[in-house]
Amino acid sequence: MDQPADFRIEGRREPVLALTGDWTATGLGRAPERLAAALRGEVAGRLDLSGLGRFDTSGALVLARQGRATPQTSGLDARPDVARLLALVEARYPEQADGPAPKPAERRHDWHVLERLGHGTVHFLVDAFYTFAFYGRLLAALARLAVHPSRFRLAPTTALMERAGLDALPIVAITNLFVGATIAFLGADLLAQFGAQIFTVELIGVAVLREFGVLITAVLLAGRSGSSFAAELGAMKMNQEVDAMQVIGVDPFEALVLPRFVAMLLMEPLLTFVAMISGLAGGILVVWTVVGLSPAFFLQRLLDNVGIRHFWLGMVKAPVLAVIIAAIGCRQGFEVGGDVEQLGRRVTSSVVQAIFAIILVDAVFAVLFLAIGL
Amino acid sequence: MSGPRDQTPAVQVRGLVSRFGDHLVHDGLDLTVERGEIFGLVGGSGAGKSVLLNTVIDLKEPDGGSVEVLGVDVHRAPEHERLDLERRWGVLFQSGALFSSLSVRDNVAAPLYEHTRLSRRQIAAVADLKLALVGLEPSAGALRPAELSGGMRKRAGLARALALDPELLFLDEPTAGLDPIGAEGFDSLIKDLRDALGLTVFMITHDLDSLYALCDRVGVIADKRIAAVGTLAELERSDHPWIREYFLGPRGRAAAKGAA
Repeated sequence: MDQPADFRIEGRREPVLALTGDWTATGLGRAPERLAAALRGEVAGRLDLSGLGRFDTSGALVLARQGRATPQTSGLDARPDVARLLALVEARYPEQADGPAPKPAERRHDWHVLERLGHGTVHFLVDAFYTFAFYGRLLAALARLAVHPSRFRLAPTTALMERAGLDALPIVAITNLFVGATIAFLGADLLAQFGAQIFTVELIGVAVLREFGVLITAVLLAGRSGSSFAAELGAMKMNQEVDAMQVIGVDPFEALVLPRFVAMLLMEPLLTFVAMISGLAGGILVVWTVVGLSPAFFLQRLLDNVGIRHFWLGMVKAPVLAVIIAAIGCRQGFEVGGDVEQLGRRVTSSVVQAIFAIILVDAVFAVLFLAIGL
Repeated sequence: MSGPRDQTPAVQVRGLVSRFGDHLVHDGLDLTVERGEIFGLVGGSGAGKSVLLNTVIDLKEPDGGSVEVLGVDVHRAPEHERLDLERRWGVLFQSGALFSSLSVRDNVAAPLYEHTRLSRRQIAAVADLKLALVGLEPSAGALRPAELSGGMRKRAGLARALALDPELLFLDEPTAGLDPIGAEGFDSLIKDLRDALGLTVFMITHDLDSLYALCDRVGVIADKRIAAVGTLAELERSDHPWIREYFLGPRGRAAAKGAA
């Protein structure tokens, strides 16, 4: 519906600027630049508005700045609205502000990379420091709770146990079933080359019980529940809900972090147990159908040659990883500041940091267990 | 501007029915806002003011009746006409609703980037003009919404609503949460803009001072429809109990005295 804005400059000595079309934000297009180029700094002494369509403040701005038209410019009588808008722009928009301040010159690219690397490293170290500080606060809160057990909030804790733990059961079980089955496939195929296909049972047992059950569960929970902790607390922080808690005398740490922490601590080992069982089930299924060893044989060999030791070695890691997931998720949530972009960034880093920490801690455990001969 | 469409009212609501589940909010509500006027909408909390506004600006589908804005049926017109309409109105939400990840200047520039083919330089200049129009310092343009005070956020929201020079401006409680001086400044700003730009303004407000200072006509929403429409002088003579209490209570009298 807009007629594109256009203009003609008539006459040499006393140029008349004739406007045509709609001089509105949507109709202007590139007319401002063309007008500036055509006038080359000259002033339009008279305006011819007979062909002008609609006109708005954007048009007035162009006319005032590129055409140097003022409310006194002759030829405005035909359109009082144009004169009014020119007066408005003149009054409100002082000449000094000629567009936004120029942006600072681009920094050189190679320095830019180094600078970012440096910033990243410092940021990582600072973040790690504050994560440990958060663990300290968590321990202090736990100690306070031990002194006053009645301050423990059971209702939110159980609700969170369901939401962050129980609801994750299907995905944990299915994922681990496939992991167990995959190990069985690859193991049976590789070991058959040595004629040692029977050792697939030991491979599955050790891999699932000692490493994959607990690891896959922790990674899934970090992606699923840790991120939701960060998002929930972050949104509450943006909404000032955390501040509101503080001023009515509720310690946000006690009301928000501890229930999540306890729920995670209780549910993560249980989910790990489920993960181990379904991982073994996946292995049994493959060994039964592909290798042809019966489930009864599998379980007997598992008991005889793998034993309960690897189960405990896996299980003992579960609560440690639970602490990592809950603490990182909650801390990142509390760090959210004013805007939506930060919320996204904090949720992302809660997942990235948690998974990184999980793998790191798992590696430390592996070295530790080997060193003490387990 | 010319053409036959200009003769149609700015907003015309006929027989509007809105409900949430079993809860009936509007039952056959009729409302007309004429071009060029400042129209105030008042009503008790939960009377359905915001639902009415959301229906008029096409954020909510009505359960019955029709809404015409600037001569276009908001809910039944073809897609391109509705898009066109959205460029011709501006909305200031109650809390400003600025995009929190953009600077204030980029917030104001956002509709210009979407709907015009202006150069970046020109857009920046227009955005600065709009910020100046609503009385914000040029330095405020570089700030993020989170760094603004409540009053500045409202002004920035108004600048964004004005970005495309709308014919019709919707304001949802523009002066709520502002100090009296800020609220008065906002009132005179809206009046100035209406006079200079020839706007039609549709505002929801609880601020009796704003009503007396600004509004040409006021509509009262009560009992699921518009209980009364008229100038404030007419409404003061109404015998509807809620309206009497609203305008003739101690606060209403103080505001009337202040405006006189």
